[in-house]
Amino acid sequence: MRPAGSIRQRLVLTLLVVAAVLSGLLYLSVRTVADAAVETTQDSILGAATVAIAEELRGGDDGLSVDIPYAAFSMLGATGEDRVFYRILIGEQTVTGYDDLPVPDQAPSGLTPYFYSTAYQDAQVRVGAVTRTVLVDGSQVIVQVLVAQTRTTQDAISRQMANRAAALGLGFFAIAAVLSLLTARSVLQPLQGLAEAMGRRGPQDLRPFERSVPLELTPLTGALNGFIARLRGALSRTETFITEAAHHVRTPLATVRAQAEIALRQTDDDATRATLGRVIRAVDDSARSAGQLLDHATVVYRTDQRSDEVLALGPLITDVAAAFHTTADMRDITIKVDVPHDTIALRFDRLLLESALRNLIDNAIKYSFEDGSIAIALKAEAGQAIITVKDRGRGLGDDSGQRLAGRFQRGANVEDVIGSGLGLTIVRDVARAVGGSFTIRNREGGGTCAILILPLG
Amino acid sequence: MRHFDLTAWIGVAWLALAGAAAAFEIEEDTTFAGTGSAQISVLSTTDTQAFAPVIIAFQKDRPDVTVRYVVANSQDVFSAVQDQAAFDLVISSAMDLQLKLANDGFAQGYSSAATTGLPSWAKWRDQLFAFAQEPVVMVLSRAGFDGLPLPRTRADLIRTLRDHPDRFAGRVGTYDPQQSGAGYLFATQDARQSDTSWRLAEVMGGLDPQLFTASGDMIAGVQGGRLDVALNVLGSYAAARLPVGGDGVIVAPQDFTHVLLRTALIPRDAAAPALGQAFLDFLLSEEGQRLIEDETGLPRINEAALAAGPHLRPIRLDPGLLVFVDPLMRQRFLEEWTAAVVQP
Repeated sequence: MRPAGSIRQRLVLTLLVVAAVLSGLLYLSVRTVADAAVETTQDSILGAATVAIAEELRGGDDGLSVDIPYAAFSMLGATGEDRVFYRILIGEQTVTGYDDLPVPDQAPSGLTPYFYSTAYQDAQVRVGAVTRTVLVDGSQVIVQVLVAQTRTTQDAISRQMANRAAALGLGFFAIAAVLSLLTARSVLQPLQGLAEAMGRRGPQDLRPFERSVPLELTPLTGALNGFIARLRGALSRTETFITEAAHHVRTPLATVRAQAEIALRQTDDDATRATLGRVIRAVDDSARSAGQLLDHATVVYRTDQRSDEVLALGPLITDVAAAFHTTADMRDITIKVDVPHDTIALRFDRLLLESALRNLIDNAIKYSFEDGSIAIALKAEAGQAIITVKDRGRGLGDDSGQRLAGRFQRGANVEDVIGSGLGLTIVRDVARAVGGSFTIRNREGGGTCAILILPLG
Repeated sequence: MRHFDLTAWIGVAWLALAGAAAAFEIEEDTTFAGTGSAQISVLSTTDTQAFAPVIIAFQKDRPDVTVRYVVANSQDVFSAVQDQAAFDLVISSAMDLQLKLANDGFAQGYSSAATTGLPSWAKWRDQLFAFAQEPVVMVLSRAGFDGLPLPRTRADLIRTLRDHPDRFAGRVGTYDPQQSGAGYLFATQDARQSDTSWRLAEVMGGLDPQLFTASGDMIAGVQGGRLDVALNVLGSYAAARLPVGGDGVIVAPQDFTHVLLRTALIPRDAAAPALGQAFLDFLLSEEGQRLIEDETGLPRINEAALAAGPHLRPIRLDPGLLVFVDPLMRQRFLEEWTAAVVQP
């Protein structure tokens, strides 16, 4: 199953987006504030110049007298190299200056400068305007003074501010990015700790999870512990069931077989003897099938619930083979076991491995002809233990070993032999559980060769 | 405004209001022929004779360029550019008029290694560039001040003139600001710099001053024994004319000495702005500056010289210059000045 994204990625991404948005806002607010500050500063100089001119206006009998203070314009040049335009007018009549300089849309009141932006002479200009009442020839006239300045300096300062604001925003973003990485790491640490603790657990470890976790993870650990408890219950019920089933099936079958054998010995009637012989065979068949079914169930159960220990393969094989001597002797089959002197150690579940070996050897005996021989060999090669079981029986016919390892699959040439078709499945499942492989094929010169390969260490 | 005596020059043409082509009075119109078809027209207040070495040196670099050099007075130069006469470079000593042209959008911007090398006080908006700096000094006659200490400041001069009205009556000369653009600029700058200059004007007014339109005439007046005090004379001219140890003494007033900047601009309507730029770059180049100082006698742009003389005040290229260009302000100033100096 593919993971549905990464929490860390999502967290970092979200934090970065938030940081980017905040950086953008920082940039915009710094710019806005800076632009406003620059404009206010420029306006106040412009206003001072305008007022200075207005204050030098004098009335008199022979008309308005204008005395523009040198400093009024000079101060406008102090902050930069902006072009300066001015206009002094009475009503609509220009007294002096640039007579096409646009007037404000509303008349400024008194000496408090009114500022507006407009286009003049191919440039954007900022205009300061004031009005002043002057007594000319005995009557009051309203004089308007406009002083305009191009915005070159203001724009240059604004650009500089914008660059600084951008640098500030980028710096803020860089710091935020680093912090969000650290935050993501610190937030995810408990979760990662939990995941690692669970991952480290062995298959049999069904203890409840008892490490203390952050508040937000307690529902998860609670659910996990509940799940573990239910699993433990289910497993123990399965184990009990398997044991019980084995007992309940095998015991009555053994009784039936014993009774049938007694009856067989007590009768001379050939027909009855034949019937009893078939009964015994059927009972054997059933017992064997039940045994193998349970074996298989045990293998399935134990591969999930292995109890590993260090096994010495040589002695183990010898012991399992020894258990078959009686059965083999009955059919005059010899079993040859060839294991090296050196200990070959494998960490695995004893029951599972024994079950696999038992099925292999059982198969070999079952499909051997009378007077046949079975060769069991063990060798260690390139970090693998290779167990081979060879017989000179009827072989696999045309079947492939692969198919025969399937559950309840039996060879096409074994109609006359009792079997459940589970033996090779068990062997294959065990091989898989240990991470090894199992192959079975026709042996040259007749018979079968089964190879079980188990990785060591 | 002419500072050199006009001497004959090959190709000098006198044109008075030559029809529609030029609605201004051209004093000299000289063509320095080049080998190619490119032509640059320079309009200037500086005499052809003084400027010729610079033009010839420029043509060594650019032999293909024909240079037409037209001289007019500063007011006419100003009017010509306002009337969009086709010139590629305009050179003038009238800083106020040049700044007005640039402020009103008649100049085009230009930036090069040469212009960025200029000190900030020597240019405005990358449109107006100074290529020479000239202290505005007074020239005193040693004989005229015989037995008196030579004044070092305007206040000294006021005291001396006031104490000896008979001795200096009719022997004081200065520019007539009504007639001379440079005279007007100096007078207005003096007036804005301190009230002393108004007192000086009043004192001079009591002494029946002689008024001139050119520095050269004033210097000649001192040399010829007709003047004891010539006020607001261009230092470069005085230094060139007056022999060291002679009767005429150059005094840079210690209270403050204005420094005039000769400026160039490329008109907005230039026909060959690239050539105007090339000529400007040459003027500001090391070779151009050396020629201007050595051959034309105009001091080169030199920040160190200003730093060495704390009394030297370059007239600032800023919008303040616009104030006295205003017709009302001009009229008002001239009335006040005349009232002070031309006393009945």
